[in-house]
Amino acid sequence: MAKITLDNLAHSYLKHPQSDDDWALKELNHDWVDGEAYALLGSSGCGKSTLLNIISGLLRPSRGRILFDGRDVTDAPTAERNIAQVFQFPVVYDTMSVGENLAFPLKNRGADPKYIAERVNAIAAMIGMEEQLKRKARGLTADAKQKISLGRGMVREDVNALLFDEPLTVIDPHMKWELRTQLKQLHHDFGHTMIYVTHDQTEALTFADKVVVMYDGRVVQIGTPQELFERPAHTFVGFFIGSPGMNLFDAQVSGTTATVQGVSVPLGDSYAPVAGQVQIGVRPEFVRLHAGGEGLPARITRVEDVGRHKIVRLDVGGTAANAILDEGTPVPAGADRVSFDADAINVYADDWRVAPQNLQGRAA
Amino acid sequence: MNKTVNQKAWFLVLPVLILVGFSAVIPLMTVVNYSVQDTFGNNVFFWAGLDWFRDMLESERMWNALGRQLVFSGIILAIEVPLGIFVALNMPKKGFWASFCLVLMSLPLLIPWNVVGTIWQIFGRVDIGLLGYVLAKLGVNYNYTQNVIDAWATVIVMDVWHWTSLVALLAYAGLQSIPDAYYQAAKIDQASRWKVFRFIELPKMAGVLMIAILLRFMDSFMIYTEPFVVTGGGPGNATTFLSIDLVKMALGQFDLGPAAAFSLMYFLVILLISWVFYTVMTNLDKRDGV
Ligand SMILES: Nc1ncnc2c1ncn2[C@@H]1O[C@H](COP(=O)(O)OP(=O)(O)O)[C@@H](O)[C@H]1O
Ligand SMILES: [Mg+2]
Repeated sequence: MAKITLDNLAHSYLKHPQSDDDWALKELNHDWVDGEAYALLGSSGCGKSTLLNIISGLLRPSRGRILFDGRDVTDAPTAERNIAQVFQFPVVYDTMSVGENLAFPLKNRGADPKYIAERVNAIAAMIGMEEQLKRKARGLTADAKQKISLGRGMVREDVNALLFDEPLTVIDPHMKWELRTQLKQLHHDFGHTMIYVTHDQTEALTFADKVVVMYDGRVVQIGTPQELFERPAHTFVGFFIGSPGMNLFDAQVSGTTATVQGVSVPLGDSYAPVAGQVQIGVRPEFVRLHAGGEGLPARITRVEDVGRHKIVRLDVGGTAANAILDEGTPVPAGADRVSFDADAINVYADDWRVAPQNLQGRAA
Repeated sequence: MNKTVNQKAWFLVLPVLILVGFSAVIPLMTVVNYSVQDTFGNNVFFWAGLDWFRDMLESERMWNALGRQLVFSGIILAIEVPLGIFVALNMPKKGFWASFCLVLMSLPLLIPWNVVGTIWQIFGRVDIGLLGYVLAKLGVNYNYTQNVIDAWATVIVMDVWHWTSLVALLAYAGLQSIPDAYYQAAKIDQASRWKVFRFIELPKMAGVLMIAILLRFMDSFMIYTEPFVVTGGGPGNATTFLSIDLVKMALGQFDLGPAAAFSLMYFLVILLISWVFYTVMTNLDKRDGV
């Protein structure tokens, strides 16, 4: 077990990267705290697998270093790093039995046969394949194969970290939930550092203590699920986390007031003058609908009932927006204005969150 | 559901039947015809029953040719299959050099059989051939027209040169179909190079390798042109394989009856071996699909 440090890490698959777009991973500095469970969340193609492969040593970063407990392992081969990784694409050794598959990583490391048998049985119980240990792996269903891959990843107890690259994509929802619970249990029992890659926010938010959100080759925010919800550091986080995502409006901000479409919107904090493209972001949970009075003129385009709450689709002066109402709350009759909870508004300049002045003052 | 019954559809198969009839069945029947008759010339034939077959089965000459044939096929398979796999494993996976290797390796496959024979016939000559001359200069007593071992070595090396590419290309295609994730997982599992070969590459290549072995066996079992051009079946009968012997008998000695019986048995042996291969292969598939 080890603390994993990424030091000025960057990677490009091209030999001679020119523009910013050529980098699959932009410069990255981050510590993965020993024993913590992380979810790595981001849309497809944002560099999640690339990052995992660099950590496990399958890929050498174009730039920067990677340290395990302070020791530089940038050039160390995978074997030396002692990391378990489960891939999105299920990998099984066809000619081996299920049991031999599970035993493979231990056997390769020359473990004691009695210990191997013990571990194989324990893992088989975890993935629910005790009955099939003797069966050849060839011809199993995709989700059985993925369970074996997962099992092979978990069979070693002494690993520095466990990396899961969207491991449950092909598994049916019920089994998914069960396996995720098992993974959490495993983390609880052994305290391995775990990084769990997913593009499913529910999966990320339920699995991890800390969620790392990636966007376009960058880590844009690391935080608890609550932090991601309340203070998205980047408009992408606001948009990606939550369903529907955060509403964004172009605005001018000065002091404690934002001006949106010519209408003043009070803010919960005071802001220094901000440059760049300024927007305010507010989650649909904090959008209030009313007939007349203060606020931005808005038109209701559709109301969707999704069970526990209603999603109200709005047109706010040409900008699409959403509001969420509790199941019991009716849509106010003749609603033509929206206003926002002042404390729930975040200010963004060029997509990055701007810290309010008084907080900055306090920190200084 | 009522199916429309229309027996006229059979006429659609007729052209194929006629084609197969003329190209395969009728020529085969003439051979069958010869194999059960005898003649003293003048185009007069009389019934000989299964005498020719009995003769051929008792003929030491045919058993010797069959023995040589099996040894030859065995040796070239034992060389070409591992060598082909080895070459495939070491070929570049992508980029310019991958295409370059593919073209280079396809070249021997494109050369006509008798040209291959001629190339090696000249190549191995002690007076003007590069190989023969160099060997002679190095003090090796090499002469494929007189020395049995040299003749065999030449014929085998020639076949390996001509056909290893086929095995390599098929194995390469098998290797290319393995997703990267397998190699990555093997690294994570700390599998040795040998285990990667044994548990990932070999199983994924098994299908194409079976085809390669079948093709190479069939083809080498029927080999004629190349050894005929190089050694003419000699020295003595040392490289007289089944086809060469058959032609000697049929055209050289004009023993049509025995030659016909011989070729029918030859045909049956090939059919039998192909059938065994086919059964083994489909059984392997079935075992996979449980
Ligand atoms: N082997 C590769 N060669 C070239 N480009 C790659 C390779 N693997 C990934 N990429 C590119 O790098 C970017 C990040 O990919 P990846 O890390 O697989 O994303 P994710 O796992 O988040 O979906 C993508 O734009 C992808 O096209
Ligand atoms: Mg990926």
